[in-house]
Amino acid sequence: MSSARRTLGLLGTLRASLSRELRVALRSPGNIVNPLMFFVIAVSLFPLGGRSDPAYLSGIAPGVIWVTALLAVMLSMESLFRGDYEDGSLEQLLLSPQPLYFHLLTKVFAHWLMTGLPLVLLAPVLAMMMALPGEAYGALLLGLLLGTPTLNLIGAIGMALTVGLSRSGVLLAVLVLPLSIPVLVFGAGLVDTALNGLPLMGLASLLGALLVLAAILSPLAIGAALRISVN
Amino acid sequence: MLSVSNLYCERDERVLFARLDFAITAGEVLQVRGTNGSGKTTLLRILCGLNHDYDGDVLWDGQPLREVRESFHAGVFYLGHSPAINRTLTPLQNLRWYCASQGYEDDDAIRAALAARGLGGYEDLPCYQLSAGQQRRVSLARLALSPARLWILDEPFTALDRGAVAELELLIADYAERGGAVLLTTHHPLQLPTPPRVLDLDVLAGRRT
Repeated sequence: MSSARRTLGLLGTLRASLSRELRVALRSPGNIVNPLMFFVIAVSLFPLGGRSDPAYLSGIAPGVIWVTALLAVMLSMESLFRGDYEDGSLEQLLLSPQPLYFHLLTKVFAHWLMTGLPLVLLAPVLAMMMALPGEAYGALLLGLLLGTPTLNLIGAIGMALTVGLSRSGVLLAVLVLPLSIPVLVFGAGLVDTALNGLPLMGLASLLGALLVLAAILSPLAIGAALRISVN
Repeated sequence: MLSVSNLYCERDERVLFARLDFAITAGEVLQVRGTNGSGKTTLLRILCGLNHDYDGDVLWDGQPLREVRESFHAGVFYLGHSPAINRTLTPLQNLRWYCASQGYEDDDAIRAALAARGLGGYEDLPCYQLSAGQQRRVSLARLALSPARLWILDEPFTALDRGAVAELELLIADYAERGGAVLLTTHHPLQLPTPPRVLDLDVLAGRRT
């Protein structure tokens, strides 16, 4: 009977965990599509609401795209732990003998694949609408690629703290947005740097360093916050 | 296996239990009794490591819980009020995730465990299409897949039909016979070959003698 039984190493467990997260995300497409819709609509309000001449738009484009992306990421965080908290899976995750640290990292990574990556891929389309000059596209993509996972990791801490509350929206924003400021500053700055024809290495490295720091430290904070939330 | 000494817990400035001492050993079934709100669930959540608001010591194999977290989590199965079943996934997918979290994969064992809980043929249906009782059975199928030495079950008979209740009682008796320990709460009169040891929180708190 136990002939088919295979012991899984840490990587095997994480692969199973990743495929579960992706599957769950695909089963409720609203959680994926809604933040993207918000991103598209919010950015497209700027040419409509403000002046629509390209010189003006391209001036505000880096800030507008980055701020909207940040808000879209915050919007997407709501679904990260909510379902697992409500059906009790979160308790099982906390009681699993496997290391929680890597499980949480996997969970956030799966969330980024489903919500952050589409956001990054959509950004060039919106940049075109904002009349962003061609030479800045690379910097925008690079910045978002490094920045959105960081925002997800920071947002996950806030979400873990507020998952026990029935409405966490505003509180989540108050907790997380201040922590996201460095990513926003460096990310939008990276696009400006490219517009001015300066080397990107410095700011890109800073964004990379923030990502590494967040990936190392935030699972600890998320784990601690979840333990408080299920208490 | 699991022992508690001088446990004290209060909730909203109300003492739930104080100076609580007991131990559970291999092959034993211990039923925690008490009226609603007497702290049964709180006690169980403290014992499985989900609740940390207490004073006193909880020892696993004689060691404080905090120091042996990994072997403790590997040795304990907890079933709470919520089934821990994702409603959009199928029973098979849910249990695969459970097995992976215990560090192995074995689809044959999962199918056997589901069939044993009367869910043969339902393996690939999304759980939201199952009834509350069937979801509960999926949750209980994990008992057969868990390598734990101690089951902590909070109201395991909820939503089960009479046949399933009898099956679960059999499962518990069999597990205890094989050297497993069971700690459970229930308002249902347990039918076990050897009557369970009872821990009555109302008596301990002096609300009833």
